[in-house]
Amino acid sequence: MRMIASIAEWFDHRLQLAAPIREAAEHPVPRNTASWWYVFGSAALVVFLLQLATGILLGMVYVPSAGEAWNSLQALNHDVTLGWFIRALHGWGSNFMVAIVLIHMMQVFLFGAYKFPRELTWIVGVFLLLMTLGMAFTGQIMRFDQDAYWGLGIGASIASRVPVFGPAIVKLMLGGPIIAGATLSRFFALHVFIVPGSLIAFVALHLLMVLKLGINEWPMPGRIVKRATYESEYHELTKKDGAPFVPYAIWKDMFFAAFILLAIGACALYFGPFGPTGRPDPTIIQTVPKPDYFFLWLYALLSLLPPSLETPVLLIGPALVIIGLLLLPFLSGEGEKSWRRRPIAVLTVLLIAIVLGTFTHLAEYAPWSPHMNAWSSDPVPDGMLQRTTALERQGALVFQVKQCRNCHLLGESGGERGPSLDSVAARLTQDQLIRQVIQGGGNMPAYGKNLSPAETTALVAFLETLHPSGQAPARDASRDLVTGDGAQR
Amino acid sequence: MSNETMLTRRGLLMKVGILFNGLVGVALAVPIVQFLLSSITRGRADGYLSWVSLGRVSEFPEGETRLATFRNPYVTPSDGKTADTACWVRRIGGEQFQIFAVNCAHLGCPVRWFPQSGLFMCPCHGGAYYRDGSRASGPPERGLFEYPYKVEDGQITIHAGELPTPGPGASLDRGRTSCA
Repeated sequence: MRMIASIAEWFDHRLQLAAPIREAAEHPVPRNTASWWYVFGSAALVVFLLQLATGILLGMVYVPSAGEAWNSLQALNHDVTLGWFIRALHGWGSNFMVAIVLIHMMQVFLFGAYKFPRELTWIVGVFLLLMTLGMAFTGQIMRFDQDAYWGLGIGASIASRVPVFGPAIVKLMLGGPIIAGATLSRFFALHVFIVPGSLIAFVALHLLMVLKLGINEWPMPGRIVKRATYESEYHELTKKDGAPFVPYAIWKDMFFAAFILLAIGACALYFGPFGPTGRPDPTIIQTVPKPDYFFLWLYALLSLLPPSLETPVLLIGPALVIIGLLLLPFLSGEGEKSWRRRPIAVLTVLLIAIVLGTFTHLAEYAPWSPHMNAWSSDPVPDGMLQRTTALERQGALVFQVKQCRNCHLLGESGGERGPSLDSVAARLTQDQLIRQVIQGGGNMPAYGKNLSPAETTALVAFLETLHPSGQAPARDASRDLVTGDGAQR
Repeated sequence: MSNETMLTRRGLLMKVGILFNGLVGVALAVPIVQFLLSSITRGRADGYLSWVSLGRVSEFPEGETRLATFRNPYVTPSDGKTADTACWVRRIGGEQFQIFAVNCAHLGCPVRWFPQSGLFMCPCHGGAYYRDGSRASGPPERGLFEYPYKVEDGQITIHAGELPTPGPGASLDRGRTSCA
């Protein structure tokens, strides 16, 4: 024991770090901040350290070359001992990190922790969020498969829409004229050097400010933040009702961080690594690229925005969000901290959560995408063909062969791009059906050039049979009057 | 206190030192920036685009649309399969062609050709195009990108080499003239 103490003393005589570390560890924090609500920041840090460690391990095997990356991922998954597990830890760690950073940000926002004097801590935090998302996106590129390849194409297409500089930005981003070797190499540099390096520096700044300015006290309704008095009030609070951070508060951080690591490990063990999906070969076009979980909402947004709004929203939207986040501590740097007295803040968080949740849910089954194989894999339900004429059956065949099914539901299966046609005859008359098929409209292509008159007649005859049993098909009363067959029907 | 206004020898040397470092910094920054922007400037100098053969005209039946592949004219040693590119070749008749990029004009996903319905469909966000490449439905704001082409000695060649993107000026068919 004495020897350890003397070795430690030898080092500290030269490093002189023991005193500042002790001071930092034992700095007093308000007692009520030793709460389970205050554990997300430290958990994000611990997951970041896990990402650094697993990332370095993966870097020992991964080959950042467009020709070899996919093979090296296969080797990691199948040949290298426990390579699959390290990949899974890194992948799941990334998902957890984005989630924890978002929860941390939400908690900081709702607890008013961004107000005076912690404005800069918040601003650095906003950059940390952007870098975390940047790591998630560039990490998806490292998993160099079909999703990564076409994801880069989507990124390039968005970047190309920047006025004037678009084409130059695309070449800068891709490192050349196409998505190829240079592209992967520069995203590798971003993912392992540039962004993590900045992350480490910004995390250090963020932590330094937390230490210097003190942890945000538990917000009490009615306790108003004023620039003139806040710091002395906070000082008073930590003096009167403070406790040393170690060990009074830190044990909750440690428990939560260990729990999160355990959860990441369990997910990695149970679900395994993410991909890689198919080989990144641009000549294989039978692919349905989808972004990773945290960008699914964007995928939905890009499908649902009206075309005319898309470019402005894509280019101006992110800038507005970032500026808004950066300005937040200056717009409401004083005043009420407690979420109980900040209904707009609570509603904003709820609105954003619901919007992102809804878009993510929609993107999971992508109703806007045609089902490319529905026409050949989903048969017309038997019930729809019973007691039909030869012409109507011919129409059902046209319906399948002309791939109407790719965008239209029949029974339970088919695409959802267009409306379900189960009861289309109750909505549209024969004339309207013919017009819709031939001219298209309302987001449906015109099939006039691609259907012979006989095919159109058969198809419409089939569509006219699609109505609920108790409901008559729609018909044009005036037409009956003119043609004189109203009495016969 | 009189030292404050006086220029000391050390003060002067420090200022000269800052100036010296500044000059060296600028001198180094020039090649660094040139290196960083080389993927843009190289495109300007000798261009990424050139004429690439897709094969013999007879390989493409009249009235049909077929997938063709070509090796991008500009490659680097680490490109692997990523320098292979696909395109849709529609032979209208004779030497009349339309060569479409596979990249959707919305956000670049690969469109698939369905001869039965005469449509190109995009799997990502639901864009659809008619057989002549014009927009049929969905989010794209324009038709499919077309490569300029020419037919020489029974070979069909296209002017290609850059990823087609929907932004201004980047489209392949800017100022497109029929080369046939």
